[in-house]
Amino acid sequence: MTSMAETITQTVGAHAAVDPFIFSFTVFVLAVLVGYHVVWNVTPALHTPLMSLTNAISSIIIVGAILAAAPLDMNTPTVLGLVAVGLAGVNIFGGFLVTRRMLAMFRKRDGGK
Amino acid sequence: MLSINVVALAYLIASVFIILALKGLSSPESARRGNLLGMVGMALAIGVTLQLDEVRNYGWIFAALAVGGVIGGVVARRISMTAMPQLIAFMHSLVGLAAVLIAISAMLNPEGYGIADAAGGLPVANRIELFLGSFIGMITFSASLIAFGKLQGMISGRPLVFAGQHPLNLMLGAVMIGAGLFFCSSGAGAPFFLMLAIALVLGVLLIVPIGGADMPVIVSMLNSYSGWAAAGIGFTLNNTMLIIAGALVGSSGAILSYIMCKAMNRSLIHVLLGGFGGDAPAAAGAKSAVDRPVKAGSAEDAAFLLKNARSVLVVPGYGLAVARAQHALKEMVDLLLKQGVKVRFAIHPVAGRMPGHMNVLLAEADVPYDLVHEMDEINSEFADTDVALVIGANDVTNPAAKTDPTSPIYGMPVLDVDRAQHLLFIKRSLSPGYAGLDNDLFYRDNTMMIFSDAKKACELLVQALD
Repeated sequence: MTSMAETITQTVGAHAAVDPFIFSFTVFVLAVLVGYHVVWNVTPALHTPLMSLTNAISSIIIVGAILAAAPLDMNTPTVLGLVAVGLAGVNIFGGFLVTRRMLAMFRKRDGGK
Repeated sequence: MLSINVVALAYLIASVFIILALKGLSSPESARRGNLLGMVGMALAIGVTLQLDEVRNYGWIFAALAVGGVIGGVVARRISMTAMPQLIAFMHSLVGLAAVLIAISAMLNPEGYGIADAAGGLPVANRIELFLGSFIGMITFSASLIAFGKLQGMISGRPLVFAGQHPLNLMLGAVMIGAGLFFCSSGAGAPFFLMLAIALVLGVLLIVPIGGADMPVIVSMLNSYSGWAAAGIGFTLNNTMLIIAGALVGSSGAILSYIMCKAMNRSLIHVLLGGFGGDAPAAAGAKSAVDRPVKAGSAEDAAFLLKNARSVLVVPGYGLAVARAQHALKEMVDLLLKQGVKVRFAIHPVAGRMPGHMNVLLAEADVPYDLVHEMDEINSEFADTDVALVIGANDVTNPAAKTDPTSPIYGMPVLDVDRAQHLLFIKRSLSPGYAGLDNDLFYRDNTMMIFSDAKKACELLVQALD
């Protein structure tokens, strides 16, 4: 009995210590699959808004930029981070707003949306 | 402040919002809400990151965000819809550059991300991820800038081909990977920056041989790269939010590239090797162009034909957008609809200069989207159509793609305009299209050519119909 309990603890322990890369990689593969299925369902008429929207979404890289810019001391790594925040900021606002502007143009015949 | 688990859950929620945003694009009705969900997801991710304990530099971060936001907002309001491909290419380059800057920052200061090893250096696994994220980011940056220059007309759209081009690229690629591997094993700065410098040059060299006609593929491909670069940075920082969003964008761009390649019947490898859309094919296409009779008509003749038709299918091409004729066309279509003619639009996937570009251009001109149909949806209906009106398009209607195995566009899916009772081409001249090919349809008995600028022709048609 004790040996079984030990085995279980070891197994659970092994799970808790799974390499962060394997964990990240699992998330990555699943996200690629989700993306694949969701994007095939996008109507071809909206492929341009899809591109401007994904442009805004890939600017999620701002999360990394904020971490780079986080410390108070203004050394090279921090300044690089701040520039990256600005660049990602252009894309986030530009991407979402231009998508909104395009989508607002798509109307049905009766004048409705 | 918030525990690390709460932060991770908030990132999860933000990721779900972003997936729902993409899902919203399955129809124009749900798309607006989808975009809003995307904004909420992004705001949540940024907000949660900003409240982390290690983030202290608030003043500067908000200043940088404000400057970027204002620039982005102004550009988004001012940009013309015809310039959308350039804007998208430019934005890809920004994502690429941001990825590179973050990678350099992480390389210089790994402690800042909590990824340093005991000695304060970067662990090997993170080095590999950093290498991948930063070189993809750098290629995205320089390649997108060149694509932007070509689309904007700052650089000639003609492919630049020179001897030894591909061996040179291969060699540079090998040196880049070698430097990258050396960085992965040693962690030294010099090979890292050498690798980045080569990636910068390689991005330029990869795009210069690619002609204007292939730009839809390239823009889609760079869309994909920008996603992979973000995912690569996410791996380095062990941040699931970046990995998920990057993977979504990466697969989206890959699918769009595939769709564009299929619509042009070209393989991705073929596009990347470049050289297409130059001067060479024009000579081959010119052989049949000499001395064949065409029937040229006036706007009045065309108006008569259109007025008496029961059904009209309009095939718009990029020439329409160049002439800025969308609004005049819409006016003409309204007049026809008022007279009881059934008018619809047939869109070839590569009608514009990026995927879905023509749909946006027509939407801007207030053409209702339920009149606008994709090629696969409408192609069978040309047989029941009285008049096919082709404006500023050529290659996408060329029956040689179906019948002539020697044609460079053989196998490319085309719109079956030749099945319609009558054909109307509005074209500036008989000059060949992007692929440099003559079109047999110009010389048919049931074809009428209106040699004019698309905008002027549509305006004249409006007068004649009124």
